[in-house]
Amino acid sequence: MKISVITYPGSNCDADAREVFALRGHSVKAIWHKDHDLGSPDLLILPGGFSYGDYLRCGALAHTSPISAELISYAASGGMILGICNGFQILTELGLLPGALLMNAHLQFVCKHQHIRVESANSPFTFGLKPGTALDIPIAHKEGNYFIDPDGLKALQDEDRILFRYCNAEGIVSEEYNPNGAIDNIAGICSANRRILGMMPHPERACSPAVRNTDGLQIIEAVERYFESLA
Amino acid sequence: MLKAKIFVRLKASVLDPQGKAVTQSLHQLGYQDVIDTRVSKYIELVLNETDPEKAKAEIDGICDKLLANPNTETYDFSLEQVEN
Repeated sequence: MKISVITYPGSNCDADAREVFALRGHSVKAIWHKDHDLGSPDLLILPGGFSYGDYLRCGALAHTSPISAELISYAASGGMILGICNGFQILTELGLLPGALLMNAHLQFVCKHQHIRVESANSPFTFGLKPGTALDIPIAHKEGNYFIDPDGLKALQDEDRILFRYCNAEGIVSEEYNPNGAIDNIAGICSANRRILGMMPHPERACSPAVRNTDGLQIIEAVERYFESLA
Repeated sequence: MLKAKIFVRLKASVLDPQGKAVTQSLHQLGYQDVIDTRVSKYIELVLNETDPEKAKAEIDGICDKLLANPNTETYDFSLEQVEN
């Protein structure tokens, strides 16, 4: 696969994302936010971090970056995008995903391992994964409290666009296992065409036994399976 | 020139955990009569424009495109004439 990873001023998970895909033999390209060429990737990654220092609102200033015009036309042409953490916030600010990420309900930065449940296999990012599977994926954020109005939430539910919900190790979803107050325990959602995923947890941080677990690889392998299925 | 004084507020339907925490702190200070707090953003900007109608349209655009997130926030503003 051809992977491009955009770096904004303040991105700090861009190198991790590039390394994870490079180690699996994919062709990886680093894109600076002032560039005007995404490199025609199979998958574009908006990495985690604190773009523009999280000033004004997380992700709000990144949407004014020069690369945004290319990003929006790439999305409009059906391009695949994975937005992780700050990348999810940027996708909502760009209007490519609905809703918004608010400050965590408990007002604290949360940095820990967290289980999320695969809710739907109907996306390139969960292709071949069994719904109900609990994945242990680290989270690290202060603004991860997903919010959407009741009509928007119903649309996400009805269209099967909630791909991950916060849960416990057994895959049980309840408010008790919600780390940030997100509505309906939402950890990740996809676009209507199912090709854009925004998620707060960091799969790229759970891809090596050296960092406790490799559950993040299941998401990357799902994307690989998806592209193999097209071949 | 015109100065815009802009308030960006969370919609009433959006919980404000910061406001809740401030209410609790005020209670700890003895201000038991405080029943609700909402934390908003206040932004001042100066436009090189003298026509209030043009300025209003421009500030609406600025708020819609960047300063406020229509999913969660509303805004209002006032304008005043300022010297250099």
